[in-house]
Amino acid sequence: MQRLQASFPAIEVSDLTKVYGSGNTEVVAMRQVNLRVARGEVVALLGPSGAGKSTLLTAMGLINPPTSGRIVIGGVPVQEGPQSLVDLRAFRRHHLGFVFQKANLIPFLSALQNVQVALEINDVPPRKARRRALELLDYLGVADRAGNLPEALSGGQQQRVAVARALGNDPDLILADEPTAALDSYRGRQVMELFAKVAHERGAGVVVVTHDHRALDTFDRTFEMEDGRLRAESGVAA
Amino acid sequence: MNLAAQDIRHNLGRFALTAIGIGLLLMIVLGMSGIYRGMIDDALVVVDGIGADLWVVQRGTRGPFAEISRVPANLEDRVRAVPGVERARSFVSHSVQREHHGQPLRMTVHGLSWPEDKGGWTKLAAGRPLAQAHYEMIADASLGLGLGEQVRLGKDFYTVVGLTKGMVSSGGDGIAFFTVSDALAVQFDASGESIRLERAARFGRALGQDVGQSQPALAERGKGLATGIPALGPPQVSAVTVAVAPGIDPQAVAEVIAAWPDVSVHTRDAQEQLLVRGMIDKARRQIGLFRILLVVISTIIMSLILYTLTLDKIHDIAMLKLMGARNRMIIGLILQQALLLGALGFGIAWLLGGWVFPRFPRRVLITPGDLWTLAVVVILISVLASLVGIWKAARVEPNKVLS
Repeated sequence: MQRLQASFPAIEVSDLTKVYGSGNTEVVAMRQVNLRVARGEVVALLGPSGAGKSTLLTAMGLINPPTSGRIVIGGVPVQEGPQSLVDLRAFRRHHLGFVFQKANLIPFLSALQNVQVALEINDVPPRKARRRALELLDYLGVADRAGNLPEALSGGQQQRVAVARALGNDPDLILADEPTAALDSYRGRQVMELFAKVAHERGAGVVVVTHDHRALDTFDRTFEMEDGRLRAESGVAA
Repeated sequence: MNLAAQDIRHNLGRFALTAIGIGLLLMIVLGMSGIYRGMIDDALVVVDGIGADLWVVQRGTRGPFAEISRVPANLEDRVRAVPGVERARSFVSHSVQREHHGQPLRMTVHGLSWPEDKGGWTKLAAGRPLAQAHYEMIADASLGLGLGEQVRLGKDFYTVVGLTKGMVSSGGDGIAFFTVSDALAVQFDASGESIRLERAARFGRALGQDVGQSQPALAERGKGLATGIPALGPPQVSAVTVAVAPGIDPQAVAEVIAAWPDVSVHTRDAQEQLLVRGMIDKARRQIGLFRILLVVISTIIMSLILYTLTLDKIHDIAMLKLMGARNRMIIGLILQQALLLGALGFGIAWLLGGWVFPRFPRRVLITPGDLWTLAVVVILISVLASLVGIWKAARVEPNKVLS
């Protein structure tokens, strides 16, 4: 799959709405959300539980199609309402990176292999994938734990490996869902700073859902979500 | 990177235990076919070894291995007179269960036509063939008798002079070879009291008839030895085995003998078919059904294990899908594990069976053909069993990662 145009924003969503259920059981999780994240920009989504942050994130991650609205990533329209305009799995493989509250590392693979597998999924030959995985672990400061299984890593180290894995395909957009929730404030800040570093150095757009207000200064912009609606807290809201 | 291998390495203990479990199941499947092969081989051991082209048996019967057959001992002489017959020998077969050293001793008695047949064709593992007309026996090792050991059967003691290996009847009893006369003595052994009662009854029956009343001397003979009464004749044998002369068609000889109204003739092939298709047919079908059942059970168990292994990895599979992994990578993960599980199970079944089966009371004969068949069945089972896991994995949504 070809690289996306660097001149387009990392992601642009328009009028995204997500409705679960119907009739009496209908719940509107997201209402008419508009958001644009530029390349190299780190954006935070704040808000109470049930505000719709994760719904927006998973919609942008192409794993939870919206009921209506449009998603364009790197200038490529990928979702029009519930209708997929591209092969979503292939698109995720080539252009998106994910980090979650739990690192979600594959427990039977070492730190190195967890990163390597992401590269091999992207058709990188095994030897090259291994070399690149080591570089990424080194970039994130956990190269010395490359041979360890996830269970032997601390929470912070696991998250760093997860970030390295998310970078494996050199993504255009990184989506993180409360990546610091399981970490202490020091390590939480380290991870947030890592996202900023990745965004600024690699030119990827980064969207982070967080409850953590301690490291908001690391974000270029922050948004507040409430009752499925997005509003700007600082910076420029769409 | 091979995800299946990595997963197995991480869960080696559980995987090994599972493989052992599957291996044991497959060993039973293999053992079942081995028992069947063993039964066939056991059933044919005498028919193949004795070197007879034709078996002459009681009219309408299927021969001594299938049912009771009684033919007069002098049938041997009649058969010998048929053109093309090179050799005709009496054959006796019956089962006995006696007590030996306080333990039940069950054996199939085969009587060989002394002195032409000394049992040299038997699978002798120790000792020698019969060397005298009476009181010697060749026993199969499965009977637990030793060389030189004496066994009391009826009123006489018989010395074990030879030991065979792997010569058991289709019923699984070890075969003991005697001369025909000894085999008949064992078969028709009766206590002194029963002989006296029979003589008295014979005398009574004779007196109750005109011939006995008009010829009292004849009735008196009824009180004496049975061998002294020509009308009673010698004890009957089970069959007469026939070897035709070189260049003679056994079928042609069989047609001549079959024309006699008191006997039936079976060729060697027919006798083998009777044994395989007739006598052990039910056992064959029973074992066949058990094998099918075990294969189904193995498939279900493997399916459940693979399903459980897949469930354990469901979060990881969702993560792989989220990262954009292709279906073939995920299917490969499950299928490779299934095939490896099947292959290991097969190997364990083979190795363990090789050690266990020789210790079974009945022969378990594993043929290369059965091994290949099982290997193919294992591949099919593995693929089939992996389908449930693959189905589950295919249904996993990437957003499962979030739960």
